[in-house]
Amino acid sequence: MSTLELLVFLPLLAALAVGLGAPARFTALGASVLVLLVAVYCAINFNTVVEGATQFASSRTLLEMPGFPKLSLAFGIDGISLVLVLLSALVLVAAVFVAPQESAIKGSAKLYYLSLLLIGGGAIGAFTATDLFFLYAFHELALIPTFLMIGIFGHGEGRVRTAWTITIFLGVGSLILLVGLILAVGALGGTTFDVASLIALAKAAPIAEGTQSWIFLLLFIGFGILVSLFPFHSWAAPAYAEAPTPVAMLHAGVLKKFGLYGLIRLAMPLAPAGAEKWLNLVLILLLGNILYIGLVTIAQKKLDRMLGYSSVMHMGYAFLGIAAGNVIGVSGAVLLMFAHGLSIALLFGLAGWMRDQFGSLDFDKFGGIAKSMPKLGLLFGFATFASIGLPGFANFAAEVEIFFGAFAGEDTTMTWIRWATIGALWGVVISAVYMLRAFRNLFMGPKPEALNTPADLSWGTRLPLLLLLVALLAVGFSPELLNQFIRPAVNGLFTAMAG
Amino acid sequence: MPVYYLEFIVVALGLVLLMVDAFAKLEDKRSLARLGILGLAIVFCLLFIVKAPEAAVGGIWRFYAAPDSLSLFFKGLALLSTILVLIMAIDYAPIVIAQTANPEDGAHPQAGLGEFFALPLFACAGLMWMSSANHLVSIFVSLETVSITFYILVAYLRRNVGSLEAGVKYLILGALSTGFLVYGFAWLFGVTGSMELPAITEALGKDGINTTAALFAFALILIALAFKLGAAPFHLWIPDVYQGAPTPVTAFLSVGSKAAATIVTLRLVSPFLASAPLVGKITAVLIVVAILTLLVGNLAALPQKNFKRLLAYSSIGHSGFLLMALASAPRASVANAMSPTTVVAFYLGAYLLMTLLAFLVLSSLRVAIPGEEIDSYRGLAKRSPFHAAALLVAMASLAGIPLTAGFFGKFFAFKMAIDAGQWWLLAAALVAAAAGFYYYLKIAVSMYFSEPAKGEEGAIRVSPLTGFAMVVLMILIVAAGVAPGVIVGLFS
Repeated sequence: MSTLELLVFLPLLAALAVGLGAPARFTALGASVLVLLVAVYCAINFNTVVEGATQFASSRTLLEMPGFPKLSLAFGIDGISLVLVLLSALVLVAAVFVAPQESAIKGSAKLYYLSLLLIGGGAIGAFTATDLFFLYAFHELALIPTFLMIGIFGHGEGRVRTAWTITIFLGVGSLILLVGLILAVGALGGTTFDVASLIALAKAAPIAEGTQSWIFLLLFIGFGILVSLFPFHSWAAPAYAEAPTPVAMLHAGVLKKFGLYGLIRLAMPLAPAGAEKWLNLVLILLLGNILYIGLVTIAQKKLDRMLGYSSVMHMGYAFLGIAAGNVIGVSGAVLLMFAHGLSIALLFGLAGWMRDQFGSLDFDKFGGIAKSMPKLGLLFGFATFASIGLPGFANFAAEVEIFFGAFAGEDTTMTWIRWATIGALWGVVISAVYMLRAFRNLFMGPKPEALNTPADLSWGTRLPLLLLLVALLAVGFSPELLNQFIRPAVNGLFTAMAG
Repeated sequence: MPVYYLEFIVVALGLVLLMVDAFAKLEDKRSLARLGILGLAIVFCLLFIVKAPEAAVGGIWRFYAAPDSLSLFFKGLALLSTILVLIMAIDYAPIVIAQTANPEDGAHPQAGLGEFFALPLFACAGLMWMSSANHLVSIFVSLETVSITFYILVAYLRRNVGSLEAGVKYLILGALSTGFLVYGFAWLFGVTGSMELPAITEALGKDGINTTAALFAFALILIALAFKLGAAPFHLWIPDVYQGAPTPVTAFLSVGSKAAATIVTLRLVSPFLASAPLVGKITAVLIVVAILTLLVGNLAALPQKNFKRLLAYSSIGHSGFLLMALASAPRASVANAMSPTTVVAFYLGAYLLMTLLAFLVLSSLRVAIPGEEIDSYRGLAKRSPFHAAALLVAMASLAGIPLTAGFFGKFFAFKMAIDAGQWWLLAAALVAAAAGFYYYLKIAVSMYFSEPAKGEEGAIRVSPLTGFAMVVLMILIVAAGVAPGVIVGLFS
């Protein structure tokens, strides 16, 4: 068993063990910590000089049949995958850690941890698979556990409805995506599912432009639905608000990034002409994400809904980085996936703890709790700053790279993307408005009479969240920590595309 | 050992069960089923060591095709489903006893149970024979062996009106379709002058053939096959019969009868598809039937409230996918294409695994949960997490979620339609798959999202044999979903 197979199958085997009766919390926690260790091991032994090639590669042929592409269980990571694997492992540990103690879980703790492990394993599998089928299938693996988790353990009366909504949105998105992928594989000869070979084929003999335009549109909308691209975003905020805390952390933090990953890994290299053709549509929709959803976010009256919408909004930046279509922009998008994943997981983790303690997250019931709960206030403050993108946090580094990438070029003509960048910059102001307002409403000002403040965050709760915060700060102060992995991978990607 | 011994062994096993039932004084007749399972398991193992009959076998073996791996694969499917049906029948026995028992004095308390275990064996022998039949007569005889056994089994619960109604409906419509089949065979013989499939294929391929007569023969045969497959518009009997029949028989119908119909369809339609003068029209008809079946089966399943009725419509829907693969069969000239036989065989294997898993759960729950409505499974996850997990796997696979066998079944069928450029068919299949996604998940909602009804909170136990079978099926479903080569390797 290769390193990456170990990485992918650890959570899945742990899920199986939990299903067969192993102690749920202990197994889940042990497996996720091991996953983090293996991911760090990969990062330490990663060769940052080689461009483009996947490392730690392994492959097992599963099906060879006339008329059908060769199918193999193949894994391998380049810098982009590595960063996302690190993100998944960090968030998985934190999510399993903050999962409510057994007594608080309605129904079966077994099902709860089993689903978490399946979601985590699915995400890691999707980011490490180099075979198109498994890349797709591992993402789907998370679909039913998410459905069950929200429907069974979710908050609020509308949880079954919400579970259906997210499942139908993601199911339809996946189906559109599947059609696009099948068309792409067919147009490239239909002999292989290996992503690298497909990209090489697309470069050697590009798909006809008309077909490319269809393929890109299908992939863009399919992946877009998974990333809550405007106007297909309406599933995200209610789902994150009503999902159990660890699921919100994993989904908003990790799983949603799969759509962006797919755009970078598949849509761009397989249909570059299509990407060029639809650029303006992409720009309009991403401005919808940043500006329109930004305003919607300001209008929210509950913390969890606000965080849900803010995560939809921030995806607009990632789309902008990808739309820039140059090394710095795409690298920024990858870095943003990491930064946003950690910061939103941190915020959802804190919000979930507060919901448990206070029983509500309505802004107008809160106020002035920083005085009696300084640790919570401090941690939340840091998370707020990270989410706004203040310097010193990974989010800042990522957003700067994205804006530079999108504005790049030596001439002074104002292209559409430059106008879009100017529009997108206002998003920074918008996020400052809603995040700071939220912080003021919750932690500053007079404390309402009716509000009982519980004891402050315990070490057990702080530890996993601190882990996320430390990673955010470390990458924020030294983006090179991750950029050393991302740069060669993105360089390699563009070399493979352009020749 | 020549391969046709296997059918003899299965028939002999069935007779032995009947004799033991008649002459041995068994306290608990369920041991008959265990004996049957053991015997079939041995035959299943024998499948791997049989060899082809000698080259020049004459006489009756002219009717028996030399065994290729595909026919062995179908024989394996028949044996496997019969074994699983017998396992279900053991769990279901209390219901059979309650609804067939004689209140007279002195009668055995389980009188009438023995045949319930013996009859599936005869159907199994018919199915196995059919997978090797290469002559119109042997196709007909083996198909009728299976059908007649089913007429008895469907109406087996003689004190249950639903079962009797189902039996009568099935008998009348089944007899009618048999009439169409024979009449079609007669015309086919008239057109081609032969009853042997290789000769028929050759005759149909010639240019001077009477196409009108050949198409008429095809139409008659297709009506009969559509009835057996449950393809629209000849599907109307399926929901009523599935709902009324005893659950293990429903399972056997939806798998065994479907497999039989599919094999015969493959054998009988292939000569027409290989015929240059006919293939265009034949494909057009098949496409229409496939589109209708896909839409009718899957859309009609949406509002169903009875679980067995839902599975009935789902079985119609799956016939649609099988027909889709057949209708997208490539013209002979295309090199390096997927063969419809491979796709259909894989789909059938996957369908068998997931459908039987669903029915195993149903029949194992039948004693504890008297109702068969979807609502009676409310809160099942709390009463028996194992049953709920197994049903969830079955439903995920039926819905075609990746990493289950069902996904590749659908994927292969889609791929064939794309390769053939059948866009309308593809559009219908997409609608069908999306609808399936919804109604299969509805079951999961009922099991996981609601509390058990009042007074029904007790935990439910599963018998070791059934539990073992369920675990094996779950493993196979996931294995075939990760590595479809596991199944494909068996027949190609």
